[in-house]
Amino acid sequence: MDTHISPLDDSSPGVIASLDDLRTVQALRNGDEAAFTRLVADYHNTLVRLATVYVTDRAVAEEVAQETWIAVLQGISRFEGRSSLKTWLFRILTNRAKTRAQREGRYVALSAFEELDANEPSVSPDRFNPGADPLYPHHFTPIPQRFDEIPEERLLSQETLAVIQRAIEMLPPNQRQVITLRDIEGWSSADVCNVLEISETNQRVLLHRARSKVRQGLEDYLVS
Amino acid sequence: MTCKELVELVTEYLEETLPATEHARFESHLEGCQRCRNHLDQMRQTITLVGKLTEDGISPEASAELLRIFRNWKKID
Repeated sequence: MDTHISPLDDSSPGVIASLDDLRTVQALRNGDEAAFTRLVADYHNTLVRLATVYVTDRAVAEEVAQETWIAVLQGISRFEGRSSLKTWLFRILTNRAKTRAQREGRYVALSAFEELDANEPSVSPDRFNPGADPLYPHHFTPIPQRFDEIPEERLLSQETLAVIQRAIEMLPPNQRQVITLRDIEGWSSADVCNVLEISETNQRVLLHRARSKVRQGLEDYLVS
Repeated sequence: MTCKELVELVTEYLEETLPATEHARFESHLEGCQRCRNHLDQMRQTITLVGKLTEDGISPEASAELLRIFRNWKKID
């Protein structure tokens, strides 16, 4: 990390606060309960979900999320709108979650995990012909089976969702964060990069690895 | 392009960030390769299914607790 960004400092590069953000912040400063309740409804579950990437335990993640809201209220008079409200909120969350994980002796620098699968191919090499194959080197063999040919009841069943949930839980934290925010929470690539403070390229690589692993888990389960 | 090369580029393809020539090579391979079309389907379905993991809204208990925190903060600030 080159520059230290204090968790309550919103003067960092990224999308600036929208008019909506500024109205929300003003409403909070005025003690508007409805505005706070709306904000909480929008973001609390995502805060908890992201916190579990760091602290694992759901109850602890709830505490971290709660502490984040308290920090937001305490810092609300200093918010200047140089980043979006969402970015500011989630940076506070990730900082608190990391601190909490460190305190509980659980925190390993997330980058350490990345080195482990830096050169891992997205699909196992045994799914392809060898490079020396005379006709179709490195082509899929056998043909992958389409998931959209699987009966919907099976595809959308609780068991299938549980397989996906497990696959995501087993991802290295960086990959898990990205797939959670992009594919579960539906965030834009820009928002993810701003909050996690990673480049677009890095984000894409993490997303690709995460999706590839989940796809593999699904294929193993669905295709016998 | 081989299937083995294509699978490494799927996310970039779906994000529409492949450079033009690479994009063209990708689609050209796809047109002639049912296996890769099936693989792309698997990736698309995976993304759709992951999206189904969204939860219900915040629990009433959590919401009430946070409102209590807000009211306390209002008094102090």
